[in-house]
Amino acid sequence: MTAASERPQVVAAPACDLSHVGNASGGIAVQREQGQRQVFCGLAGIVWLHRKIQDAFFLVVGSRTCAHLLQSAAGVMIFAEPRFATAVLGDRDLAGLADCNEELDRVVTELLARRPDIGTLFLVASCPSEVIKLDLDNAAERLSREQQGRVRVLAYSGSGLDTTFTQGEDTCLTALVPELPEAPAGTDSLLVLGTLPDVVEDQFRRLFDALGIPSLYFLPPRRASELPPVGPGTRLLAAQPFVGGTAAALVDRGATLLEAPYPFGIEGTRAWLGAAADAFGIAAARVEEVTAAAATRAARGLERYRAQLTGKRISFLPDSQLEIPLARFLHRECGMELVEVGVPYLDRRMMGAELDWLPSDLRLTEGQDVERQLDRLRADRPDLTVCGLGLANPLEAEGLTTKWSIELVFSPVHGFDQAADLAELFVRPLNRRERLAF
Amino acid sequence: MGAIRIAASMQGVHCVLHAPQGDSYADLLFTMIARSAKRPPVTYTSFQARDMGADTAELVQRRLREAVERFQPRALLVGEACTGELLQDQPAALAQGMGFDCPVIPLELPAFTRKEHWGASETFHQLVRSLLRGQPVRAPDPIAEGRRPRANLLGATALGFRCRDDIAEVTKLLDSAGVDVNLSAPAGATPEDLLRIPEADFNVCLYPEIAQSTCAWLERMFKQPWVKTVPIGVGATRDFLLEVGQVAGIDTSTAIAAGRTRLPWFSRSVDSTYLTGKRVFIFGDASHAIAAARIATEELGFEVVGLGSYSREFARELRAAAERYGIEALITDDYLEVESAVLALAPELVLGTQMERHIAKRAGIPCAVISAPVHVQDFPARYAPQMGFEGANVIFDTWVHPLMMGLEEHLITMFREDEEFHDEAVASHLGSGSVSAASADVAARPAATAEPTRSADDIGADAAPLWEPEAELELKKIPFFVRGKARRNTERFAAERGVARITVETLYDAKAYFGR
Repeated sequence: MTAASERPQVVAAPACDLSHVGNASGGIAVQREQGQRQVFCGLAGIVWLHRKIQDAFFLVVGSRTCAHLLQSAAGVMIFAEPRFATAVLGDRDLAGLADCNEELDRVVTELLARRPDIGTLFLVASCPSEVIKLDLDNAAERLSREQQGRVRVLAYSGSGLDTTFTQGEDTCLTALVPELPEAPAGTDSLLVLGTLPDVVEDQFRRLFDALGIPSLYFLPPRRASELPPVGPGTRLLAAQPFVGGTAAALVDRGATLLEAPYPFGIEGTRAWLGAAADAFGIAAARVEEVTAAAATRAARGLERYRAQLTGKRISFLPDSQLEIPLARFLHRECGMELVEVGVPYLDRRMMGAELDWLPSDLRLTEGQDVERQLDRLRADRPDLTVCGLGLANPLEAEGLTTKWSIELVFSPVHGFDQAADLAELFVRPLNRRERLAF
Repeated sequence: MGAIRIAASMQGVHCVLHAPQGDSYADLLFTMIARSAKRPPVTYTSFQARDMGADTAELVQRRLREAVERFQPRALLVGEACTGELLQDQPAALAQGMGFDCPVIPLELPAFTRKEHWGASETFHQLVRSLLRGQPVRAPDPIAEGRRPRANLLGATALGFRCRDDIAEVTKLLDSAGVDVNLSAPAGATPEDLLRIPEADFNVCLYPEIAQSTCAWLERMFKQPWVKTVPIGVGATRDFLLEVGQVAGIDTSTAIAAGRTRLPWFSRSVDSTYLTGKRVFIFGDASHAIAAARIATEELGFEVVGLGSYSREFARELRAAAERYGIEALITDDYLEVESAVLALAPELVLGTQMERHIAKRAGIPCAVISAPVHVQDFPARYAPQMGFEGANVIFDTWVHPLMMGLEEHLITMFREDEEFHDEAVASHLGSGSVSAASADVAARPAATAEPTRSADDIGADAAPLWEPEAELELKKIPFFVRGKARRNTERFAAERGVARITVETLYDAKAYFGR
């Protein structure tokens, strides 16, 4: 089986499209909005981070509302004592910072005594802890010293004052950057940045190995005790679009950020792998050879769903930062018409390659004023609306078909072998509406 | 959160909360858990770090103006979420100074000290007070006016446990006793409806956690008596009708006699013999927990081994109830504390909230949900009240179905080695998909080997006794639904006597000591 003969027509963008990367994104006008937002705060990131990094514990220093968010809204089911908890700030803590620090030390010491399996403890700042100016960085240093190296204590912010939803992963990983060991001089390695489900990580590992990437690491690692090294030989490849802060911190430590689209869909994945290969001087033909089988398989899988998506109109409400790459996939590989793409914030450095692949007349909005956005949505009446869970049922009740966005963050959707699964997530609500008689 | 529940229960009310982005997650509890087709009527100021350098008060005013313009509420609730409270922008005072046409009700909800139920109760109370302020006391007299007595049903809210069906059932129940419902609030009411509260002859406090303070205030201000019995269970429903009779000055004995429920007969039928003395652990809001304890003991013949609640405001009532069953009440909002109580007591059935459902699932104990916090499953499509005579039927089914059926228990003992009934087979009514207590137990334990084994929950506890392989095998002969208890009892027995290795003898010594 040769790749060339079976390569499906849908893969419209040849690898040379990458030559545009980073120079044409100015073409799309961005409409900025400010107002009421319907998004999670960065604490929500704990939901997947605590599962990914298995020897880490996340202690939110916040209010009952924070605890409530984690327990009920995030849909996290408490089975055992999970690897996250909330230290609830009470009246007394608000009265004096001295008391508050003392109380935090007590809670942490108790927790670490009860859970000897914790190797890394993240103190997670929340809206209230930030407003009362509780210095968790300082507390983390103090507690780390007290633990005498037994437990690493780090701090980051998941507060809604400065993070939205997936940005909580960015602040968490940024806190890990100073902890990464220095890569020995003269060693080249590839560092893939952003949480991927283990199954996807393993697929990518096989592909990178086949390409002949000398040394491959993932951040976050599955165990916080196995942090990847970083240095001037590190090539950084972002697997998620929301890790801009971490990428900048790694660049400060000498790493080189590779510009690439994200590995969603066939062309996204191919270009993403291609960018890594290019950085290591691996020939494009080799990339073609290694990816051909998986790409062909993916094209076959995608075929079935494309027919159901082509020509359908879709709007994205701002939520996870995945909006732009997903819109690009649905537009270019599934033939969907983009009505509006909303993002919580636009990080041009992380989105350059993606924006190049989007139509220049795209209605792109940054930030949110939810009521006005809903007014536009009602006027547009797209065939499919991607939105958060707070809005999905009310919009369905208005006759709009929705896809709840949180599933796109939790499900394995990256890479060749998930391209069809990703398309199916958008087909299902349309399909469902067609099936139901009432 | 409490304030949002009141606003979301009503119509024509809007709530503006001074809260950071992220707090809007509260919306999805309504739209997803209760499958609400409408967004809760809440506007969040969504302030961010960059706003805090500037004038957040100006931001509050802008949101207030936008919300009033867009939603045109007939009553506006204004408050702060926890972080909003720290900014001290006084949003309610700002709103009152903005000259809106609708009444502005300031919410003073100290989010750092009080919880959701208190917040809901206080919001409802403030709303009723603000709207009824200055209204004259009326003296409605059904006989003089030639009508049936009229009652208000107070306390049902969005996200409450089975409120939708309870209102329908209690309305039916009151109708059978010759009482009309004037209105239900907060659920389903408009601000104009609240103005009609004084037109009723009395109030029914359906959910004390939400409505007790309002009922007490209405009694003081409007001389409206109120019915305090919560009609959950057959006995409580009868008591409720009796109290309605006293408060309304009517004879409700015919209604009591006519009440149809299958619970008493089902409980007497021989299949239910196996329910006798089943050890049950109860945790929930105070009203549901207290009602459940009464049903469990008086109507199903269970033994209540644990009774607890997260409602600190009703700790006294709960302690009094616990005393009746000779146990100590557990008042806590720490689910770890609840979990350790469940594990220590090793009940055969847990009646709790969704949190206890997870605890029970993990411990392999059957469980039924009796109280909020709720799950999407607690908003069933079918009619499933907890209150009234039909509620008693629903409760019988919901509590008994998770347990092994009477006949099944016997079959398992008889055909223990049989393919269909072997240890790891799941009770037939649970379907093949679920994991039985037995397999969970097996999975958690190392297979019996030649080496003595230590119970998995005791790793780290050096004093835990070891099981001799023969004792471990003997333990397996005990039906799985009591095996966990047998294991714990034996270990406790051994530990208390300083026995380091559990033999077959120790197992039977412990059995004799504890009895079944």
